[in-house]
Amino acid sequence: MKFGIIVSAGPYTHQASDTAYQFSKAVLERGHEILRIFFYHDGVNNGTRLTTPPQDDRHITNRWSELAAKHELDLVVCVAAAQRRGIVDVGEAKRHGKDANNIAPGFRISGLGQLIEVGIQADRVITFGD
Amino acid sequence: MLHTVNKSPYEKGSLDTCLRLAKQGSTILLIEDAVYAAITGSSLESKIRQASKQYEFCVLGPDLKARGLDEAKLIDSIRVVDYGGFVDLAVSHDRVQSWL
Amino acid sequence: MCINRRAPYGTIYALEGLEVVLMGAAFEQDISVVYLDDGVYQLKKGQDTTDSSIKNFSPTYRALASYGVEKLYVETESMEDRGLSEHDLIVPVKMISGAELTELMEQQDVILNY
Repeated sequence: MKFGIIVSAGPYTHQASDTAYQFSKAVLERGHEILRIFFYHDGVNNGTRLTTPPQDDRHITNRWSELAAKHELDLVVCVAAAQRRGIVDVGEAKRHGKDANNIAPGFRISGLGQLIEVGIQADRVITFGD
Repeated sequence: MLHTVNKSPYEKGSLDTCLRLAKQGSTILLIEDAVYAAITGSSLESKIRQASKQYEFCVLGPDLKARGLDEAKLIDSIRVVDYGGFVDLAVSHDRVQSWL
Repeated sequence: MCINRRAPYGTIYALEGLEVVLMGAAFEQDISVVYLDDGVYQLKKGQDTTDSSIKNFSPTYRALASYGVEKLYVETESMEDRGLSEHDLIVPVKMISGAELTELMEQQDVILNY
């Protein structure tokens, strides 16, 4: 079965990103497919590689990057939500004249259309948020 | 339909709204801070017991454990699932509604 | 279907939820928008953010019809709880009971929450 997963709360503040991660892992372990994980609202903060939690805590961003690399997942950060919150990739940095970018490996920035599209294509859409 | 609730019923109205709008026969999965609704001896117990006649209640085991809640103290109609069980519930119902 | 359960301005969910509705319309999806719980406050007439410097996005609700979004539903119980009536709202909506909303939700392919 094809899943679309939406993460709409920021990491660490809310448990939603953790639940979404554990759920995603379980989806893959059960042999189902994840078409896309879409990060919206403060969920876009999952996608900054500048995240530096204490060493004895889980690294939420790296965990997503590793899961994406292992299973070729499509991690999409909403561009409008990302711009508001300072999540930037190389192209966005250039376009808006920023002096740096911070997108984490495995994530890409794209439009809300990617959310609508996964809603159309997936058998199940589930939201983890605040 | 599978309904998930992730807010403590003592703080937010998400569970109340879910109970008001979920169709009879639906499954309600309590996750994150909503797991506090699943425990006996609270002011909510009779409400959950009453609602159990209409809905199947499940609770996410890892979230109970994280909060120091004893499975032995669960309202007896509530079934404990792990993340794999959560996925199975999402698969076996035709859609998922997240009451945030 | 997009379900809106939050008041405007206190959090960004109302605004970013509205952006999803507009994108859904751009993709020509048959989209129903529901206002429920504090979400009904999004449609309150007379919003004026001049003194709070937050962007007032309430005029966008009036533009929804021109984007082809015509199915706006408001739950009667949420309105009554808050002492609101249809006259308080910025756009024409269909008032539905919780029981009708229950049935409507069962007919949806996807439900998004804001």
